[in-house]
Amino acid sequence: MTTTMKLFAGALLASAFAMPAHAQVKEVQMLHWWTSGGEAAALNVLKADLAKQGFGWKDVPVAGGGGSAAMTALKAMVAAGNHPTSSQMLGYTVLDYAAAGKMGDLTATAKAEGWDEAVPKALQKFSVHNGKWVAAPVNVHSVNWLWISKSVMDKIGGTEPKTFDDLIALLDKAKAAGVTPLAQGGQPWQEATMFDSVVLSTGGTDFYKKAFLDLDEASLKSATMKKAFDNLAKLRSYTDANYAGRDWNLATAMVIKGDALVQVMGDWAKGEFVAAKKTPGTDFLCFRFPGTQGTVAYNSDMFGMFKVPADRQEAQVALAKATLSKSFQSAFNVVKGSVPARTDVPDTDFDACGKKGIADLKDANAKGTLVGSIAQGYGQPPAIAAAYTDVVTKFFHGQIATSDAAVTELVKAINAAK
Amino acid sequence: MSITDKLSGRDAPRAPAAIGWRERLQEALPKIVLAPSFAVTLIFVYGFIVWTVYLSFTGSKMFPSYDIVGWQSYQRLWTWTFETDPPSSWYTAVVNMGIFGSLYISICIALGLLIAILLDQKIRGEGILRPIYLYPMALSFIVTGTAWKWFLDPGIGLEQTMHAIGWESFHFDWIKNKDFVIYTVVIAGVWQASGFVMAMFLAGLRGIDGEIMKAAQIDGASTAQLYRRIIIPLLRPVFLSAFIVLAHMAIKSYDLVVALTSGGPGGAAELPSTFMYSYTFSRNQMAVGSASAVIMLMTISAIIVPYLYSELKEKAR
Repeated sequence: MTTTMKLFAGALLASAFAMPAHAQVKEVQMLHWWTSGGEAAALNVLKADLAKQGFGWKDVPVAGGGGSAAMTALKAMVAAGNHPTSSQMLGYTVLDYAAAGKMGDLTATAKAEGWDEAVPKALQKFSVHNGKWVAAPVNVHSVNWLWISKSVMDKIGGTEPKTFDDLIALLDKAKAAGVTPLAQGGQPWQEATMFDSVVLSTGGTDFYKKAFLDLDEASLKSATMKKAFDNLAKLRSYTDANYAGRDWNLATAMVIKGDALVQVMGDWAKGEFVAAKKTPGTDFLCFRFPGTQGTVAYNSDMFGMFKVPADRQEAQVALAKATLSKSFQSAFNVVKGSVPARTDVPDTDFDACGKKGIADLKDANAKGTLVGSIAQGYGQPPAIAAAYTDVVTKFFHGQIATSDAAVTELVKAINAAK
Repeated sequence: MSITDKLSGRDAPRAPAAIGWRERLQEALPKIVLAPSFAVTLIFVYGFIVWTVYLSFTGSKMFPSYDIVGWQSYQRLWTWTFETDPPSSWYTAVVNMGIFGSLYISICIALGLLIAILLDQKIRGEGILRPIYLYPMALSFIVTGTAWKWFLDPGIGLEQTMHAIGWESFHFDWIKNKDFVIYTVVIAGVWQASGFVMAMFLAGLRGIDGEIMKAAQIDGASTAQLYRRIIIPLLRPVFLSAFIVLAHMAIKSYDLVVALTSGGPGGAAELPSTFMYSYTFSRNQMAVGSASAVIMLMTISAIIVPYLYSELKEKAR
């Protein structure tokens, strides 16, 4: 019965977007969910840029805010044949729509603008389909970060942890000082995001690639994976009793206030620090998760470009060009906490953590250690990523009791989702 | 029908041709007026039920596909139903549905009946008390869920308050506990719906003929006997309405559990509705999601249809 309602709502929504075919040509229709303060302001840079060239901007509103609601709405729109010029998209969504033949072709623009060289190779997996550019990446986030409270660090006299054992020792120090060592948000995606880092740290980049990107069964149930689960269990013992269900930004707030030492989270956490008027280096510290320096586990926001009628292509190309322009990439990512999706953007406007992020990305791109975060949906398609998240969260909360059972379940869940 | 007859009867002295035309219009009018809503219901409720059933037999992933692959989706759900260690999401959803559904319906009915009987004792201030009990129903499930999430959170809610006023040993962390999180959904759900059930029972109590009660009292029935033997049996139709309203609210509850627990620790608060939504819309396994929706529909029909049938047959007799 609920499905029926959802489909009905979808059909209504789709018909609400049925637009007359003779709409304004010099206009981009954009579906996105960047509506909060900083992000909206950064997006205005893009709007102004397009306005200067004479293109209008039309937001396609989505009720419900978050990414998954928007994706559901988009699905209904595309199914009804009323897709916008472009939409903010995540992970495999772009490729799914491209495989369904719904995406446009920006290859000519990409050649002229030099995207092939400027955009990191690993990222092109999601923006290029069958040799055709179908999306313009907006930013690169990475998940293997530690966010540390400087005041607590000074109090316990800690230094940057270089190995996993260092991190455990540091957490012990915080515990002894009576501070919550690990600020953890107990929601499935957060636990899985932390596990990405743990696996990278425990097994290294090649192991991560083999297990999560190639889904090599031997690696998935190897002793290394078991060790990674054991390490995750170790980290769990440093959370406070009240972590289950906590939102990620509340966990970040614990670090900001100095109630907790460290949070393992993607670089969107930096946005919270910046919004609280904190400065990297003096108020908080950003390190790579110990043992993962040199590797970047990324996720990225893309503007997927749909197949549009000829009279709208000019506007679409302008949007794509503006999105990957160095000025917008810099302006937007300074606010967002992420780093530019092209490696040739000057880092002058970024803070210390941003500069480090840019350098790390360039380095990882050159060394081939830029890997998609499986928890964030950049390692595997949604069905498999969700199976992975299920197993990690069940292990984290004790439904799966041992690391032996966890690896068995991981293989089983992934095979069932294939 | 009787009104129509009367109306046309009044028009009888007019010319015969006009009567025929008017009569036909009179007769057709209700059908014409009802036709659009009938068509809409037919397509958007029953049509989409059929479509969902069809999809459950296809290999649909992200988009609907129309190639029939057979019972695969049902087979997967069936296997998952018996995966208890570690519990599969579907197993958790089914067990939670049983716990939540039975507790929610029975507690709401018991509590609603109790409050209604107490309010019916001709007490002073009933006009103030009644809306107080009824108002939670006016809130959206999201509001209820969020408010109870804060209230039950050991770090900021009830437990924290009890510690602050000096009851240090007070301990209530069900919302963080994978084994008890589903009961917090029951608490919040009962808080929201029991006032509504109370209003239904109160209306039923007010509709009972005072003469029957007087007769029973004259015959020497005690208050307890009066309620047990006479009033509660007379409320039977209200039980039916309350059960149907609560049963469908239980099985479709999605927003409450999402707002209150966001899935619970390790997915321990999974319900069939959340399972269906995540498989259909975010995990790109639309066929499995459709199959779970069909199973939900079958389950609720299996409970409600026989109940409805027996109750209505009783009435007809």
